[in-house]
Amino acid sequence: MHSKKAKFVSRNGRALLMLIVVVSACKREQRQFDPPPTTTNPAIVQSELQPGGAPQPQTSTKSPVEENANALSDGKRLFSLYNCTGCHANGGGAIGPALMDETWIYGSDPASIHSTIVEGRPNGMPSFRGKISDYQVWELSAYVRSLSGQLRKDVAPGRSDDMNVHRSEQRVERKTPQQSTIPKAAEQP
Amino acid sequence: MTGRNAPGFLLLIISLNLAFAACARRENSQPSGLPNRVQNQPTGAQQTGVETDDGQWTMPAKDYASTRFSSLDQINSSNVASLKLAWSFSTSVLRGHEAAPIVANNTMYVVTPYPNIVYALDLTQPGGPVKWKYESKPASASQGVACCDVINRGVVYADGKIFFNTLDDYTIGLDAASGKELWKTHVGDINKGETMTMAPLVVKDKVLIGNSGGEFGVRGWLTALDATSGKIAWRAYHTGPDADVLIGQNFHPFYTQDKGKDLGISSWPADAWRIGGGTTWGWISYDPDQDLIFYGTGNPGPWNPEQRPGDNKWTCGIFARKPENGEAVWYYQFSPHDLHDYDGVNEQILLDLPVNGQTRKVLVRPERNGYVYVLDRTNGQVLSANPYAYITSSKGVDLNSGQFLYNETKNPQAGKVIREICPAAPGAKDWQPSAFSPRTGLLYIPHQNLCMDMEGLEANYIAGTPYVGANVKMYAGPGGNRGEFLAWDPVKGEKVWAIQEKFPVWSGAVATAGDLVFYGTMDGWFKAVDAHSGQLVWQFKCGSGIIGQPISYRGPDGKQYVAVLAGVGGWSGAIVAAGLDPRDPTGALGFVNAMTDLPDATTKGGMLYVFALP
Ligand code: HEC
Repeated sequence: MHSKKAKFVSRNGRALLMLIVVVSACKREQRQFDPPPTTTNPAIVQSELQPGGAPQPQTSTKSPVEENANALSDGKRLFSLYNCTGCHANGGGAIGPALMDETWIYGSDPASIHSTIVEGRPNGMPSFRGKISDYQVWELSAYVRSLSGQLRKDVAPGRSDDMNVHRSEQRVERKTPQQSTIPKAAEQP
Repeated sequence: MTGRNAPGFLLLIISLNLAFAACARRENSQPSGLPNRVQNQPTGAQQTGVETDDGQWTMPAKDYASTRFSSLDQINSSNVASLKLAWSFSTSVLRGHEAAPIVANNTMYVVTPYPNIVYALDLTQPGGPVKWKYESKPASASQGVACCDVINRGVVYADGKIFFNTLDDYTIGLDAASGKELWKTHVGDINKGETMTMAPLVVKDKVLIGNSGGEFGVRGWLTALDATSGKIAWRAYHTGPDADVLIGQNFHPFYTQDKGKDLGISSWPADAWRIGGGTTWGWISYDPDQDLIFYGTGNPGPWNPEQRPGDNKWTCGIFARKPENGEAVWYYQFSPHDLHDYDGVNEQILLDLPVNGQTRKVLVRPERNGYVYVLDRTNGQVLSANPYAYITSSKGVDLNSGQFLYNETKNPQAGKVIREICPAAPGAKDWQPSAFSPRTGLLYIPHQNLCMDMEGLEANYIAGTPYVGANVKMYAGPGGNRGEFLAWDPVKGEKVWAIQEKFPVWSGAVATAGDLVFYGTMDGWFKAVDAHSGQLVWQFKCGSGIIGQPISYRGPDGKQYVAVLAGVGGWSGAIVAAGLDPRDPTGALGFVNAMTDLPDATTKGGMLYVFALP
């Protein structure tokens, strides 16, 4: 059984096939209530300094999935399937930063996180452009937000299938997002 | 503290009798129990272009036998109490500093973690001012594929040149005098998850280097570059067909399980060897008499063992090779079909030891799986393997067959949490190198005391992302101390004394002819202990936790100095260096669970400290 899996994965080298299978399977099963927005690259304001006075209204692209418990549990599954866990653990961080805390380098709103996943970020966050369907990126973004209690409790995943690692996303303490004061890049010359 | 105490002295006598009869004179402490290459180094001295005198420190392990022993004895137990900070230097980098400072021709060379800046500090001037600085500017994306902090284990000096590796897979040769770049060779690919963290070793005209990325499904290798041109001379892979592994007619492993054609393919599920790990991020030793290099291979990928039935050759083992062309001469696998991330990359100290009344050429290897192995370095035979830590994951090593005896109740399984696996994934000892003193005959081993709970998960291979497949939580082993610094008698195969430390001892060690041993702790104490008794004789609180490799050298003023880099981080210190969230026990591959109190004990900051007597 397992050897067969391993064979499959390695024969295809990049497991692309597997992704395609997953992607199409999801399309079949997805329960989509709002059509996903077409823009995947919303403008992210990274500075509080905005010359000329009146701050620009932030262009916020609405997430189509944040109120959908089904999408959220899908997001949780995708978070391991796409190896986000390998770099962010179960939200506490490893190679990449913690996603369950209040500190955000690149913004905590759904659109910013969507952009983080699609574009990548300079200090080691890979760009998943073209690798993950747009709808799944929204599911992932919503799940990422649930890690720090940003979503309604009845939407966030309530249990884990695996090792009980920390409070479920439903019971996690809500953190007030804060822009990181020291960007990682400045910390390391 | 004054003089030697009685038990220490007794020990010295015993060790001298057993192993090293010629070390009696304190001032002339040529390490005569070592393989004769230390005094009579056909390469070392000539090839590195430096004085035969032992006052320098040209490679992280000090010498080819990897003793980390300094024959300087000005600082000893009678005066160490007055050891003072001579000068210090900020590296301007905040991540984990694992490198050894390198000293050659009155210059000290230090490489920082990413972004891998090399500083040359002028030891002839007060305070060691910067002579030159080289910025290697690695791709910032490489930080994303470094499994366990963005560390670097040091530069090496040879023949007027400095060699080092960058996180984004370049090996660089610099002119040691000017810092001018002589060559820069691209040897790996971050998009496959390859990085480089190890310190090269120079043997004759070859610069030996290896890759990191065992948590990314990379294919491990050791590569030799021509020291003059930087061109690749040969590359030996650690998985795949014999031709790629450089296994040919002269390959004679000692045990049957390592014999056969293309085991690097047949000991894996089809094609899994292509992403099977077996990286080289640890230490290489060299025996000029036999003209052989010895080094180990890392864990197979993914961690979840159920995805890779078979012995997974040639991961978690040790190779002896010819430096000239890389051809393999023998191999031994410490942990076949690795179950617990027990990489086989630790240091091997080359010694001549009495074994059953006969002097044997051996290598001593405090292995990650918890045993100190003594191998006959001429053929790879295991002469002994004795536990130096608390072990539940195995029952020992069968000395007849060389087989590692797993305790099956601790085998990880998918979807099931197996508890109390000891040692944990970083092993009883990770990369942090031991030191050996020919004067005491003891090996000084910095290590950790950790156990783990582990659950296998299905790992999905996507190039350039982690390929692990496990949930892990680590915690202190019996006794509650997470670290230990111990003295080991390699002849008797037993512990002589041990110092319990709160945190894993993640620093290297240096032993000196002043019969002192230095090491550092993750909460920032740099310590000197009596080499015979283990008694603490001096300590200094550094600004950040210590995970670097201490060294000792003679300055241009004729004085003995001791130097170390502080700067917490590494796998164990990632919670501080990367600011991880303590609420997720699986953070940093499960290490966070064991280190939640580290942020209260230390803060980050890379700083070099140099000590001397007033
Ligand atoms: C190869 C390692 C790696 C993988 C795989 C990875 N990340 Fe990241 N991630 C990083 C790193 C490193 C950063 C920090 C980048 C920076 O500071 O520039 C990061 C940053 C982020 C951020 C921004 C955090 C902030 O504070 O603004 C989010 C959100 C994120 N990742 C989500 C994900 C998701 C979702 C996945 C899976 C689709 C994923 N990551 C996969 C390494 C990774």
